[in-house]
Amino acid sequence: MSSKMKSQFFELADALVRECRSGETLLCSLSAERSDFVRFNKALVRQAGTVEQRYLTLRLIRERRQASATIALAGNTDDLAFARATLERVREMLVHLPEDPWLLVAETPASTTTERRGRIPAAEEVMQQVVRDAKGLDFAGFYAAGAVYRGFANSYGQRNWHEVDTFNLDWSLHLRADKAVKEGYAGFDWDATVFKAKMERAAQQLELLDRPPVALEPGEYRAYLSPHALEEITGLLSWGAFSARSRATRQSALLRMEHGERLSSKVTLAENTEGGIAPLFQQDGFVRPPRVTLIDKGALGESLVSPRSAREYALQANGANSAESPESLDLAAGELDASDALEALDSGLYIGNLWYLNYSDRPAGRITGMTRFATFRVAGGRITAPVNPLRFDDTIYRVLGENLVDLTRERELLLSTSTYDERSTSSSHLPGALLSSLRFTL
Amino acid sequence: MTDILRKHFQRLRSGAPFWSLRVTDESREHLAVRQDTIEPPRLSTDRGAMLVAITDGGYGYCATSDLTPAGLQAALDRATGWADATRTASVHRYDPREMPAPKGERLAAAAASPSLSRSELYDLLADECRNARIDPRIVERYAALELRRVDQLYLTNTGGDVRQQFVYTVPYAHVTANEGAETQSRTFLDARQGGFERLADSGFAGCGARLAGEALQILTAPNCPSGRMDLLLMPDQMMLQIHESIGHPLELDRILGDERNYAGTSFVTRDMFGTYQYGSKLLNVTFDPTISDEVASYDFDDDGSAAEKVWLIREGVLQRPLGGRISQARAAMAGTANSRACSWNRAPIDRMVNLNIEPGSHALDEMIGSVKRGVLMRSNVSWSIDDSRNKFQFGCEWGELIEDGRLKGVVKNPNYRGVSADFWRSLAMVGNRDTFEVHGTLFCGKGEPNQVIHVGHAAPACLFREVEVFGGQDE
Repeated sequence: MSSKMKSQFFELADALVRECRSGETLLCSLSAERSDFVRFNKALVRQAGTVEQRYLTLRLIRERRQASATIALAGNTDDLAFARATLERVREMLVHLPEDPWLLVAETPASTTTERRGRIPAAEEVMQQVVRDAKGLDFAGFYAAGAVYRGFANSYGQRNWHEVDTFNLDWSLHLRADKAVKEGYAGFDWDATVFKAKMERAAQQLELLDRPPVALEPGEYRAYLSPHALEEITGLLSWGAFSARSRATRQSALLRMEHGERLSSKVTLAENTEGGIAPLFQQDGFVRPPRVTLIDKGALGESLVSPRSAREYALQANGANSAESPESLDLAAGELDASDALEALDSGLYIGNLWYLNYSDRPAGRITGMTRFATFRVAGGRITAPVNPLRFDDTIYRVLGENLVDLTRERELLLSTSTYDERSTSSSHLPGALLSSLRFTL
Repeated sequence: MTDILRKHFQRLRSGAPFWSLRVTDESREHLAVRQDTIEPPRLSTDRGAMLVAITDGGYGYCATSDLTPAGLQAALDRATGWADATRTASVHRYDPREMPAPKGERLAAAAASPSLSRSELYDLLADECRNARIDPRIVERYAALELRRVDQLYLTNTGGDVRQQFVYTVPYAHVTANEGAETQSRTFLDARQGGFERLADSGFAGCGARLAGEALQILTAPNCPSGRMDLLLMPDQMMLQIHESIGHPLELDRILGDERNYAGTSFVTRDMFGTYQYGSKLLNVTFDPTISDEVASYDFDDDGSAAEKVWLIREGVLQRPLGGRISQARAAMAGTANSRACSWNRAPIDRMVNLNIEPGSHALDEMIGSVKRGVLMRSNVSWSIDDSRNKFQFGCEWGELIEDGRLKGVVKNPNYRGVSADFWRSLAMVGNRDTFEVHGTLFCGKGEPNQVIHVGHAAPACLFREVEVFGGQDE
């Protein structure tokens, strides 16, 4: 499968490059996957299926004019004719366009290859194991597995390929109503014993949720955010806060950092491509540097610069995607042992997951969201009771600034579970965070 | 193309008692002007097929973009394999006889106005972008047009044959103003079905200068006051309020637990239907796929159920959930024709379609005149709600203070929070048909695998009493 997808793409790209006329530059990118999806509810299957998709994007450039088209390929001999016809449509569009002042193309070939085969059983086999191991529990979840392909080729001779087999089982065990334990198992090689152990551990955690829940009054509470909870905060910030375009147009949620605000010196945040699972190249063929430091010991660092922003704002492109959002976010570890987190928290809230974050006041860095799944009240360093969902509303400058006591020494590599349009190759490498205070409003 | 696919379908074979083919052929063109510069235009053609097989007890699907007979047969074989593999492991005992065999055709109406060339469209966009340049504090100006056409064919081995076409012309714009550490934006979106004739009545012409002027007004406005006060929501914010705190809680698959691991559950339970007082007696909510220009109107859903208008909440009492054919069978209750997939590569699940609030009897002036102290809000900018769709906090771009029955000026960062179960009971006045507007959103996310889909929400202005309102950071 791998060599076939790869050879088909490069042969198609070669054929299209041969169609280029004098003065034309052609960029071809491929985004494809073969995925098995199984959705579970009540420890049984709700929907199971397979999706095979492959999208080719052609970007044609001539005399500083550019346009692009994306088509769904069939994976058969019809593809070349369809791609040729599409190229001709794009060519016709160029005639009516003015020069693009913000056009930037990677003209020096920088070819890369990443291929990683996984050991993943047939999806039916995993499905049966999940049903078997979850029997008697109220299990809800989603399994996505298979090969993900990203490719790039241009008329300068650059060739990039990324092909990885992954699986991602994202699941939760439910006790009643909104009382549940969230877990995940993702990687490259499925191990039935690892999954079974995770299931057993989650089932034990359910016992903590069986205690009578407490409904806390709004107010400020000392809090510990697990890496999963922190991922929701960094995920919200990824929505434009680090983008060169957002910073230039004063729309970044970190706008006040341009005016002297700082985060805690414990916070060093980077786009760490070499530590993630995302492709080493972006869709226009720019190869990513190993690391871009976005927050450096609490101070605003570099931004994520797409080729277009690089030209518009006279910056150096650094392999960012067109949305200028991170794909391999990395928050440096702190000094708190994760095993000491409850003791260090002493009295407050242990927050396993946050949910549905958004901005209350974006330029002020003020964010809101809900607790979800396992959130507990802690007293004297011990979990005492599950807590009913609470809404927090606080600023990033308090959460990751003045109120950040420490980050944990241990970090978790969290592979994105997103499957909007396609299976994501994003990841986050995050510690837990101990806060002296988090403000709750509802 | 459709005739060829019908022929291919006739030759498919499966051991499953029921199977279906849904082919989606979608073309898009995205045109945009930003900072007076034409963005590179983007075209797309997305074409593929979803094969579904249902056995006694099992359900399976397979999606492919290979529309040759061999490609479709391979996908049907895989779908059948999944249906066999899940026969004894499914959350519902799927029954092939549950699936309808619909027949129908919905062809897109011919455009009422002449076609516009791409350069004419760019001129429209360039005008709005340029006209937004009214002050040095305007830092970003953007105008765009999404042209989308979808042709869908649904066939079943039981004789079902439905063809539906949809055309969308969606103008969008945003303008951002900044001064120091303060930034404010105003946006325009008109998500409805239709061709270029839609542009004329969308309000897009002239929006650039209007949005820029409004962004500057907010930039220098005082923060929205805090406290419990009346809240007058205009239809473009009612869209979000309906969506998050009526639409999602009424989705039957949520109520059945399918979404608990991702999008969440619902505070609504099955026993509430028929008796639960969801809101005040003024609240009348309909599922209405029949309004021709509303963005999610159709004749049949993606499981082949015929669509019709249904009352979900009547005089405040909960009547019926948003549940398609399979969810209805699982829950043993009546629902709606709302099994929808975002494209050929995703299986249908329960979605909102057009979810509307029926108009009431009050003029906007009357509603404003009844408020001693409150805030009028429009244009959503922030949304957050809990797992069971109860505790929410929403923010708007635009707010106007109301005191002693009169509008008293613009306020910035207007936000409000509440609990769905209480909020709708505070509905005190519903605007008349003059205040009624059709809106829609293109980005409703849900499902595993994830799906983003468009939904319509039409509503009049609505007045709520004693809501917790607050402003931005300096509140």
